[in-house]
Amino acid sequence: MKRVIYSEISGNSSQFYMLVALLGAFVLSALGAAYYMEHHGHFVTGMNNQIVWGMPHVFAIFLIVAASGALNVASIGTVFGKTIYKPLGRLSGLLAIALLVGGLIVLVLDLGRPDRLIVAMTNYNFKSIFAWNIFLYVGFIGIVAAYLWLQMERRLNHFVKTAGLVAFLWRLILTTGTGSIFGFIVAREAWDSAIMAPLFIMMSFSFGLAIYILVLLAACRGSGRDIGDVVIQKMGRLLGVFVGAVLYFTTVQHLASLYATGHAGVERFILVDGGIYTLLFWVGQVFIGGLLPLVLIFRPQKTTGQSSNRSVIMASIAVILGGFAQVYVIVIGGQAYPLNLFPGMEVSSSFADGAITNYAPSLPEIGLGLGGIALAGLIVLFGIKLLRMLPTTLSNAAIDPHHNVGAASRGDS
Amino acid sequence: MSCQSKDIKMANDATRVDTAGVDKAGFDPQRRSFLGAAAAAAGITLAPGVMLYGITKSSPAKARAPGAAASSDVRWGMLIDLGSCDSGCDDCVTACATENGLGGHGRPATDAQWIRKVELKDQHTGNSKSLPVMCMHCEEPPCVDVCPTGASFKRADGIVLVDKHICIGCRYCMIACPYKARSFVHEVLEDQKPHAPRGKGTVESCTLCVHRIDSDQQPACVEACTDTGGGAMLFGDLNNPESEISKRVATYASQQIRDDLGLNPGIRYRNL
Repeated sequence: MKRVIYSEISGNSSQFYMLVALLGAFVLSALGAAYYMEHHGHFVTGMNNQIVWGMPHVFAIFLIVAASGALNVASIGTVFGKTIYKPLGRLSGLLAIALLVGGLIVLVLDLGRPDRLIVAMTNYNFKSIFAWNIFLYVGFIGIVAAYLWLQMERRLNHFVKTAGLVAFLWRLILTTGTGSIFGFIVAREAWDSAIMAPLFIMMSFSFGLAIYILVLLAACRGSGRDIGDVVIQKMGRLLGVFVGAVLYFTTVQHLASLYATGHAGVERFILVDGGIYTLLFWVGQVFIGGLLPLVLIFRPQKTTGQSSNRSVIMASIAVILGGFAQVYVIVIGGQAYPLNLFPGMEVSSSFADGAITNYAPSLPEIGLGLGGIALAGLIVLFGIKLLRMLPTTLSNAAIDPHHNVGAASRGDS
Repeated sequence: MSCQSKDIKMANDATRVDTAGVDKAGFDPQRRSFLGAAAAAAGITLAPGVMLYGITKSSPAKARAPGAAASSDVRWGMLIDLGSCDSGCDDCVTACATENGLGGHGRPATDAQWIRKVELKDQHTGNSKSLPVMCMHCEEPPCVDVCPTGASFKRADGIVLVDKHICIGCRYCMIACPYKARSFVHEVLEDQKPHAPRGKGTVESCTLCVHRIDSDQQPACVEACTDTGGGAMLFGDLNNPESEISKRVATYASQQIRDDLGLNPGIRYRNL
């Protein structure tokens, strides 16, 4: 493989500045939404004493899960030695940090007392999985930043493999931690399962790669760089494997829960008569996020190049939409179903005991969540403008030494 | 030997006698009441931290001395008899709201509820019951386990509280509590009670009226239930075998909600 040349994007076009302005506007409106919620209190949101984690948590958890998955592209190159992925590693690290920061900012701004962030940094209860996660998140940013630097400093390139291995192991632990935030909760029947950790790891592989594919394509096309169908098709097939694995873990999750008679109620709620949650599960998570991308990626195709790239793009968008639905079903659906304090009893009270809780996300909550995505986008934009993150070309000929010139010219645009 | 040290010795003797064998055959009641009185007098001169629980018969579960730390020699708890708890009565709920200044904003979904009346109906037999549910003051509280900053904590005497100064409002304790006992302060508060400080953006729950316990009073809900309700609630020290609550839980079968979780709540129920 030829030596890969990386360069900054010029970032002088009007489209670039318009994109920065648009993302900046979303970030500002998120700050405004956070101020509005903190000033008046959370009663202005859709959250209440039953659904205590609302839309901001859905955005935050989606972004945090995707962040660790976005790093996989770099890991495949350095840890597993797949040369075709090596030129993609820098953007992978940058995107991982950007998504994590975007998710964390949403999480912090949704706290009841975000002004006490310093308290969270100075008072630790080490029995809390939440406290562990603070270390895992901060550590992830530090380790991935070091990993990025070692990739970019050619004199230190021989340390990249070690750094990549540490980052890979760290991200596995991190996603285990995120899944365990739910899996450790013995009181919530929808969550109380050890499978949450591996399920979240597979979700991260899938969501992270889908976002990576779209960001890479947008960055290359926006900066006029060649990107061939070889790399896209390869990542598309990998995405298909991850999507299948998420479906598998989801099946096991629900089968295991269905087998326990005590969980029949919550399973019926999610799978059969839970209204919006059932709809989001079957249509959003299973069909759009699972079956559709599998068909798009693995259906027999005669054409290569642009049209098959389009399938991968469509599949990536479907995975992101379906993944968002999946996180919504887990986070909100898991809280909407009532806690079972008195098994075998019909229960009622002034505090929604025994009742399904309705939740309608408010505009400020959605605004805050979108701001997290926008912030991640801004970090990526400034990252690729200021640092040499993107290879000058990802054409088939450049990325694949065995690729014949005829196919390359057909696949590139 | 100085006068004060004599007093301490007498008090120690009294404590030892009293806790070692109160009901032993041949025990002289006059001697016991003398020693009890002597111990109470000595207590005034004792250094803070010396526990006086169980010394006098009239108040088997006394508050800690001012300035003294809470002690794990005590486990505060409650026994609620559903046989005496009427479905239409919510005197305990009203008393709690008045005592702790839980005014509410007329928004049931977001207003705080430290104690609530729950109506139960057996799905198979139709038998119905009514009971108050609040923070169970667990021996192994999940809210304390999951709190990232340590704001949720359990006092040595078993009362589970929230330190409002270090609660960041992450609400993970509300997710983890199997009893749905906690509320998040969703809006600006006015007219707070000095003894029950609250804060917008933090989580709160039943304090077992810790301020009343520390001044040797019963929790407001228990007092209201005794005065105007059905007399269903009994409060006391579960660690003191001489307390009324200990005797009752030793004599009659009692249950804990979700006892399968192994959290050993301090709130127990009869006839559940």
